[in-house]
Amino acid sequence: MATISKGLFGSSLARKYWMAASGLFLCTFLVGHLLGNLQLFVTGEEGRQAFNAYGLFMTTFPLVKILSYVTYLAVLLHTVDGLMLARQNRAARPIKYAYEKQSANASWASRKMALLGTLTLFFIVIHMRSFWYEMHFGYVPTYKVDGVEYKDLWTITVTAFENWWYTAFYVVALLGLAFHLSHGVQSAFQTLGVNHPRYTPIIKKAMGAFAWAVPAGFIAVAVFLFVVQPGQSI
Amino acid sequence: MDLTLKIWRQAGPEAKGEMKTYPISGVEDDMSFLEMLDFLNEELIENGVEPVVFDHDCREGICGMCSLFINGEAHGPGRKVTTCQLHMREFSSGDTIYIEPFRAKAFPVIKDLMVDRTSFDRIQRAGGYISVNTSGNTIDANSIPVRKNDADRAFDAATCIGCGACVATCKNSSAMLFVSAKVSQFSLLPQGQPEARDRVLSMVNQMDLEGFGNCTNTGACEVECPKGISLENIARMNRDYLFASLSSNK
Amino acid sequence: MALDSKIPAGPLAEKWTTHKGEIPLVSPANKRLMDVIVVGTGLAGSSAAASLAEMGYNVKAFCFQDSPRRAHSIAAQGGINAAKNYQNDGDSVHRLFYDTIKGGDYRSREANVHRLAEVSKNIIDQCVAQGVPFARDYGGLLDNRSFGGVQVSRTFYAKGQTGQQLLLGAYSALNRQIAKGRVKMYARHEMQELVKVDGKARGIIAKNLVTGEFERHSAHAVLLCTGGYGNVFFLSTNAMGSNVTAAWKAHRKGAHVANPCFTQIHPTCIPVSGENQSKLTLMSESLRNDGRIWVPAKKEDALAIRAGKLHPTDLKEEDRDYYLERRYPAFGNLVPRDVASRAAKERCDEGYGVNKTGEAVYLDFAAAFMRFGREESHVKGLTNPSDAEIKALGEKVVEGKYGNLFQMYEKITASNPYKEPMMIYPAVHYTMGGLWVDYNLMTSIPGCFALGEANFSDHGANRLGASALMQGLADGYFVAPYTVGEFLSNDIRTGTISTDSKEFEEAEMICRDRTDKFINVNGTKSVDFFHKRLGKIMWNEVGMARNKEGLEQAIEDIQALREEFYNNVRVLGSAKGMNPELDKAGRVADFLELGELMAKDALERNESCGGHFRMEYRSEEGEALRDDKNFTFVSAWEYTGVPSEAKLHKENLVFDNVELKTRSYK
Repeated sequence: MATISKGLFGSSLARKYWMAASGLFLCTFLVGHLLGNLQLFVTGEEGRQAFNAYGLFMTTFPLVKILSYVTYLAVLLHTVDGLMLARQNRAARPIKYAYEKQSANASWASRKMALLGTLTLFFIVIHMRSFWYEMHFGYVPTYKVDGVEYKDLWTITVTAFENWWYTAFYVVALLGLAFHLSHGVQSAFQTLGVNHPRYTPIIKKAMGAFAWAVPAGFIAVAVFLFVVQPGQSI
Repeated sequence: MDLTLKIWRQAGPEAKGEMKTYPISGVEDDMSFLEMLDFLNEELIENGVEPVVFDHDCREGICGMCSLFINGEAHGPGRKVTTCQLHMREFSSGDTIYIEPFRAKAFPVIKDLMVDRTSFDRIQRAGGYISVNTSGNTIDANSIPVRKNDADRAFDAATCIGCGACVATCKNSSAMLFVSAKVSQFSLLPQGQPEARDRVLSMVNQMDLEGFGNCTNTGACEVECPKGISLENIARMNRDYLFASLSSNK
Repeated sequence: MALDSKIPAGPLAEKWTTHKGEIPLVSPANKRLMDVIVVGTGLAGSSAAASLAEMGYNVKAFCFQDSPRRAHSIAAQGGINAAKNYQNDGDSVHRLFYDTIKGGDYRSREANVHRLAEVSKNIIDQCVAQGVPFARDYGGLLDNRSFGGVQVSRTFYAKGQTGQQLLLGAYSALNRQIAKGRVKMYARHEMQELVKVDGKARGIIAKNLVTGEFERHSAHAVLLCTGGYGNVFFLSTNAMGSNVTAAWKAHRKGAHVANPCFTQIHPTCIPVSGENQSKLTLMSESLRNDGRIWVPAKKEDALAIRAGKLHPTDLKEEDRDYYLERRYPAFGNLVPRDVASRAAKERCDEGYGVNKTGEAVYLDFAAAFMRFGREESHVKGLTNPSDAEIKALGEKVVEGKYGNLFQMYEKITASNPYKEPMMIYPAVHYTMGGLWVDYNLMTSIPGCFALGEANFSDHGANRLGASALMQGLADGYFVAPYTVGEFLSNDIRTGTISTDSKEFEEAEMICRDRTDKFINVNGTKSVDFFHKRLGKIMWNEVGMARNKEGLEQAIEDIQALREEFYNNVRVLGSAKGMNPELDKAGRVADFLELGELMAKDALERNESCGGHFRMEYRSEEGEALRDDKNFTFVSAWEYTGVPSEAKLHKENLVFDNVELKTRSYK
């Protein structure tokens, strides 16, 4: 038989590899992001200083800079690749069924990945507008400690979460992300060829836990900020 | 029992089809689903209506010819059965049953419920074989020992009947379960090794050309597969394809 | 024309090797100029098409299914025999040859059967090389099981799906050649006429079942690998589409049909449940390895069971009649198929049958559960396990061996065979008869060959289990690809056969007229209505037990039914496009002729042998009485216009290497 290699581009499987790889990379980003956010549990001046110092580090340290570009790229790849896959999938069945019972054989999240992904993308845009854009291009009050100038991202953040609808939107989006991850993370292992009768059940459980734990962490911080409103006491 | 059947009727490949309603009574529990359709057809013929066309042959769940998307599921509500093995005792009097052809761009309708699945054959032709001539002058069968576990898993993959339920049920019309079953069978056996990399590249390439969708790991195919072909096969193909792509020198 | 079976001279064991060496070769350059048509893509067809293409011929393959992989060989369950002697139980080529001849009740050709036994070993090697996943033991070597009618373990298997795995192997070999462009595949095409030019088979008219168009295909030789004609009984284990049309068309053009009355009624099928049943399902004969067959010993118990008042598991051992073990102590439940089937019919006719219709016997695994369970508990080192524990362990073992069959049974009958004994009854399964062929597998039409179940040659009056797959692949891989050379070597200067000749023209006209005829009758009854009635006649009069009056009546009834069919059948739709009812009408029309010939053949064979049992010819104990003095021949029938007036040609069977004995399994 003939050797037909399209290398790591072009084939449907290769697209899926990129989807899985970028998805898994973004999971590590989520972990890093969450670790940073957890600092928001520390209130008062001490918390503000720690968070803003972290913010400064994240925007200036060269390695982080490189990583952030990789992250932008990963989001872009995951989005574009996902859209292309979804378009192909749609085209693969030009006439739909009159009656379909998908719930009989597949989980809701697994069937709604494109929708959940779009929701997440929408959230990312809003989220980046609120914080990342402000931090980079917008107006953020600054102050100096020991001769170092800090941007007060903390205040921007905690103020945002005083707003109930912003917090609500955030919680809903992260629930969507949780569903997205609940299928996506363990599915990435399958796509990359990791499936073993002995280990796959463990991977599925662990990745299921991960999928809910990370968004739960983000949500916890958000709810905490909304309830405690630490900005009011400074 | 009395039933209301909603059946897709389409006069030919280019014709426009539609769901039509047929009430039917006198259906018995012991009838298979296809026997129920035979029964309907007898009635239709009597009334001068052209009978419903559907694919079927062995009627014992092995030839893979019968298809049908019944009440929203490939091969109907039963598990690990083909339509010919589905019996009417699974339904109750008064039920409405939707009967549609397997739908996919790569499975165009020929007439009514009959679809063209030659795309599957073309995928098999792209590499679903071991290149050995049929001279009979091969080495003695027992000179290639195969670990029982590998032989059993190769067999499990090889039991695929090529019915296309995986494609029909997949929300993306993906043929990954079908293709991976053949790739896996040979990938697990020593005889299949020399061509393993070319095989997976070539078969996946053909699968893409046929216009099937992509696998999003929903797992629906495994649930609806009448032979219970495992998702492990898809993972194995993903793995094999990845290594083959990385190591290909073309 | 005299029948010349062309059996090569020389000692039996050397005939094939010598003959193969003497068949003229066709040079590769000439093979490229020669076309071969293969009709049917089961084991015989797929393997033949692949092998011929490999050798260099241009092959066109046809099947009526949507893919060659769906041919009914796929449904064979149990296994395939080969004289490998891997189990070291004294098996050999000669023993396989002998068992097959004896199993066939001495009505098959010695030379053909010996060849079959010889190449059986190559089949296993070939299939393993192709990646067929046969069952293996823990040492990684191939496993075997035993089958009815033999006392060695020589059956190779892949769970209960051996036919599937072998066919997919042959299909893969075929695919390889299709991919190379060596085979042109025509799926959803049905052969509707054989075309003869200058007395030789030179092509076919095939109907494209999707478009309804007739296509002319020419070739230098035509191979019919179209399977058996069991569907003449309407209810059988054959696939719905299995038909005799291709073989019958060849018959009408001059190919003799041999021993058509030799049909195999398989003992272990799921009993008929109702009037609307469309087909019967086989439970692999391998189940008889471990299951015990019985009916109640007392009629009142049988009646109580039928009425649902008594449960089979409540019946005490002494109230059960394990009739096969009783009548045939040497072989017990593993007697050959014809014997097992007749014994079941005998019990049920006597009133001991166990289901609603009184036509079923039990196949019971209770003893096997306990036997395997005890072994297993020993292996696991359990001390004092309870009966329930032993049974559970035994069920696991049985599940490993026959799980898919048990599951299939439960799906069809909604009864759990782990809890209640299975109910089984004989059903039409295989046809030993078929187109008459010589040693080269060529029919009485030069250039027209028949392979596999479509020919008559290897199984005599009864086929042993796991021999059909062996024969299909032997013919397709290892016999026909060589033997066609003898015919084709004379054709190297013929050049491409034109399809514009008047012969093709006429053949196509016949097809068109016939199709129009079916459409234009516009009667009141469906095709199935006639098919079912034909099936009833065949089952009652040309089934498991036949007699003179019944057979004569059957001939009359079939003729009348055929007449009615042509006057009152209703085929809706048009001749254009896909029209399965129209295709079915054509097939049933041919069955309506074949059935008559079968009755005629059964009527003329005044003896009981193998699957052919005449009530007039039986011993006092009810066993079959063969008449070697007067009937050691093959009945080859030549078409004359009316099936029952076919002309009989006898091919005398000569047995130089085995002694004809009464087949005893006692």
